[in-house]
Amino acid sequence: MALKTEPFVLNLGPVHPSTHGVFRMRATLDGEVVVDIEPVFGYLHRGVEKLTEQRTYTGIIPLTDRLDYIASMSNNLAYVLAVEKLAGIKVPERAEYIRVIMAELQRVAALLIAVGSFLNDCGAYFTPFLYMFRERERIVDLFEMVSGQRLTYNYMRIGGVSQDIPAEFMPALRKFLDMMPRFLDEYDQLLMQNEILLARAKGVGILTREQAINCSASGPVLRASGVKWDIRKADPYSVYDRFEFDIPTGTVGDCYDRYRQRVAEMRQSLRIIKQAMEQMPPGPVKAEVPHLLHPPVGEAYGRIEAPKGELGFYLVSDNSIAPYRCHIRPPSLINLTALRDMIRGWKVADAIIIFGSIDITVGEIDR
Amino acid sequence: MTVALSGKEIATQIEEKFPESVVESSEKAVVVKSDSLLDVAAFLKDTPSLDFDYLNYITAVDYYDHFEVVYMLSSLEHNHSLVIKARCSDRESPALPSVVHLWQGADFQEREIYDLMGIRFEGHPNMKRIFLWEGFPGHPLRKDFM
Repeated sequence: MALKTEPFVLNLGPVHPSTHGVFRMRATLDGEVVVDIEPVFGYLHRGVEKLTEQRTYTGIIPLTDRLDYIASMSNNLAYVLAVEKLAGIKVPERAEYIRVIMAELQRVAALLIAVGSFLNDCGAYFTPFLYMFRERERIVDLFEMVSGQRLTYNYMRIGGVSQDIPAEFMPALRKFLDMMPRFLDEYDQLLMQNEILLARAKGVGILTREQAINCSASGPVLRASGVKWDIRKADPYSVYDRFEFDIPTGTVGDCYDRYRQRVAEMRQSLRIIKQAMEQMPPGPVKAEVPHLLHPPVGEAYGRIEAPKGELGFYLVSDNSIAPYRCHIRPPSLINLTALRDMIRGWKVADAIIIFGSIDITVGEIDR
Repeated sequence: MTVALSGKEIATQIEEKFPESVVESSEKAVVVKSDSLLDVAAFLKDTPSLDFDYLNYITAVDYYDHFEVVYMLSSLEHNHSLVIKARCSDRESPALPSVVHLWQGADFQEREIYDLMGIRFEGHPNMKRIFLWEGFPGHPLRKDFM
């Protein structure tokens, strides 16, 4: 007599399957194998896009801090770029360089968390995560020097940055740049050939090149699938066209490639910061911008290569002091489009790693 | 640099293929009729010289008398981009065809627009709210939502 079986529905979350925020995956299981999965969002929805319609252009900057809250500087940058494009504001050279340094430091900090929490998901419980936090702490210290904040920096302004970097910043940054490559080597020694990591991540959750493009994936997720697409190179903003750096890419598009991709990108960020430090000219750090900005009627889309992918702001102006519409293109949400295809057919334990390898922040998904 | 293709030039190409499908065009964008949106989208994706294989984002704007849905497309191969728009003026039950089968990346974004702006995308495999719960009154991003 055949045993009667039926699919079993398991909710992963809504607390969190690992450490990525309040998020739920509704998995349908056949034994231990995931046959279907549906991500459920909305636990952190604050209606940021609606809130922007009642705020001045400058007053929106603190809201952007709270989107991808582990990469606030990047969010600031994407938003102010969009407003500057909309209003036709030119930014002083020095401010551009400061912005690049901050954005790249932020990338390193965000990727450290991404890698650390991915390793957590793999079962390397909190040891690598703590190492990564040790390094991230130094970056946060640097940010504290310039902005006084440790998480929501609110540092960029329309037309520049809020204030020049203090005297002690550059020596501290230099020290960080001397140390960081050594730490990255240490991670490679500890982890790159780690047997458990290889066994759990290699060949797991493959996202093919075609799928990645069709699902509008961006950032490390897209590049790990072998697509050489980085907005810093493809559509350079700020002063990125003045720096030499490579775009690392993966080959297979599995979890291991996505992990390696992020470590490789950190090294490139350090290269950019080094060049920006050398080239940074003296001068003002903020353009003269009216206190209440009235951009001309029209629309603009400003985008950057954020740590998680393409982060963009689509702004529509009706010449008033608040945007008529502000849409945020969240890389975290759109990168999850392929999640279902990547997880189906794998076991529950793999589902957690595959999800972790995408690297999301729920603040940005729900907005 | 990503080249933003001239909406006017693309509009003439679209008109050649699908007469009377373009509502208006400017340098920045092409506005297409909602009933020819799918044909135009497939044309933009499959023509080798255009090759719009990547959908950057979809969003919607409420202009009181009509909704405007904005699609930004890119070609990773040619590194160029284009904005196409579609309008719908029915406030009670606005609807547009879904482009999910062309670009899967539209999946969550169309659901988000349905949730927050109330525009239904026909042909979407899972057209339900994404952030708010089923039964939430109204669509918050509409201008008349209080």
